[in-house]
Amino acid sequence: MIRRGCEVLSLRQTGAYWSITLVAPEIAEEARPGQFVEVAVPRGREFLLRRPFSIHQASRRGGWAGTIEIVLDVIGPGTAWASELKPHDTVDVIGPLGRPFQLPRGAVPSLLVGGGYGAAPLHFLAEELRRRGKPVNMIAGARDHERVFKPVEGKRLSDLIVITTEDGSMGERGRVTDVLPALLERTRSRVVYACGPNAMLRAVAEQCLAAKIPCQVAVEELMACGLGVCWTCAVPLVARDGKGWWNVRACVEGPVFNGARIWWERWLGDAARRPDEKSDQASPDPAMAKETVPP
Amino acid sequence: MSRTAATLPASLAVDLDGLRLPTPVLAASGCFNTGREMSQLVDLKRMGGIVTKSVTLRPRKGLTVPRMAETPSGMLNAIGLQNVGVEEFISREASWIEHAGVPVLVSIAGTSVEEYSRVTVMVRDIPGVVGIEANISCPNVERRGEVFACFPDQAAEVVGAMSRLTRLPVFAKLTADVTNIVEVAEACIRAGAHGLSLINTVLGMAIDTETFRPKLGAVTGGLSGPAIRPIAVRCVYQVSSALPGVPIMGIGGVASADDAIQLMLAGASAVQVGTANFFEPDATVVVAEGIAEYLARKGLSRPADIVGRGGIQHVDA
Repeated sequence: MIRRGCEVLSLRQTGAYWSITLVAPEIAEEARPGQFVEVAVPRGREFLLRRPFSIHQASRRGGWAGTIEIVLDVIGPGTAWASELKPHDTVDVIGPLGRPFQLPRGAVPSLLVGGGYGAAPLHFLAEELRRRGKPVNMIAGARDHERVFKPVEGKRLSDLIVITTEDGSMGERGRVTDVLPALLERTRSRVVYACGPNAMLRAVAEQCLAAKIPCQVAVEELMACGLGVCWTCAVPLVARDGKGWWNVRACVEGPVFNGARIWWERWLGDAARRPDEKSDQASPDPAMAKETVPP
Repeated sequence: MSRTAATLPASLAVDLDGLRLPTPVLAASGCFNTGREMSQLVDLKRMGGIVTKSVTLRPRKGLTVPRMAETPSGMLNAIGLQNVGVEEFISREASWIEHAGVPVLVSIAGTSVEEYSRVTVMVRDIPGVVGIEANISCPNVERRGEVFACFPDQAAEVVGAMSRLTRLPVFAKLTADVTNIVEVAEACIRAGAHGLSLINTVLGMAIDTETFRPKLGAVTGGLSGPAIRPIAVRCVYQVSSALPGVPIMGIGGVASADDAIQLMLAGASAVQVGTANFFEPDATVVVAEGIAEYLARKGLSRPADIVGRGGIQHVDA
């Protein structure tokens, strides 16, 4: 992990999202698909914490050499600030952070499933897979056509791409999971990579489990630091042997996880309100399970 | 981010009644682990010390997400003391602590006097550990608002038991969520605590008005950051006025040298930086350098020269 003051090279709107290119040669050199950076908000604001952004591109060669690109959706005060950055502004960046996607051995085909701007890190992954001669297929889903992330670029990167929108304004009407099983079969993909809303990741992981296809998901969980010290971004992971579980950090042990090992029900379920300890089979220790019961 | 170390006074060292630290600025518990991750971004040798994330006797998985909510000039957290338990802590961290090149205080949490005592015995001989912080005030436990530090007799019992089991200085970390913090502080010192860490996070809550749901999975949580700094300054001031000479570490929203200096003028011999580490990993170093510049500007030679000089003699506590 490296900390640098990085110059903003450009800021572009792409559909409903903003894409920011930063001059960050050392980070670009180290970055791998699935990793993220933490960007500091300037002092003197009433919100304090850095904002995590996944890396959309890291260019080591060519005209954009030494830059990274991040993509954001304006969802709060931090992203609103970021969307108002200007070229030549300097931002304080720490990265690359987290564990990247693991690439498959051999020239096996992959299926990349992106929801909204979750497709951004998958484009970086697609580049890396193609450079190694591994076939890439893609599903890009979103609520509407404005939120389908860079569809033309997606097409360039994929042997086959299917776009889905919930309102039918681009591609097929529906969700990524409506087309996933058929596409797995048609493309003979041996591994699935997914990034997008957590509920989508859960549905994708469950379909992959049923199809016995390994699935790597890049998750999103609130982070205070992104550096491994605050323990905010907890994701419940079941032990390899299926016995017991532990909360791991999305920022250090993730954000990329084996979808089959996330205890989705506990993580995304409404456990704080309705503790369902019956489903707590993986916890051998009732005292530990009790910790999740609110006072 | 370049700094001119050459212009700074010779020493920022402080002595908390026998606990000597290279600077008066430490990393607070729960914000730095043991420094392993942060060592990639911070020169640990330039820090005053590290207070570890709290260790408990048995592993704790912590609370359900969301565990954090940002609030104006602060953040709420409800982690629930997630940690691997003292045995695993020792096997993973003891060697790191020994060679980290920075004084380490182990923070201990628990639910009974026996738990605090057993962990104290297990960590007291780790090389590199210079002190213990008794976290008797974490709000994110089973009985919210009923932590040991809410009751002078219970606080004294825990801290007294720990202090009898080790020669290391034991600092009792207290909460501001009490009617009379001085009473709790006095009880801890009478029971044998070496010093006090003031304050822990303040119990708070935030609600999402769109979903009608609390922003934290655990409903309530601990508020930290600049939002609580005036509360910390007040607590340090009240306690140091009542207990002159007792070493105090001031904690609460320190992000700059000025923040730290306020706590020191109120009576703290050292300060701990918590939330600020998350956006400024170098915060402990930057704050210490700012203190040195301040001392130089004021013509003072050491941090102890400002401790407790914040007008205490003029005001009736």
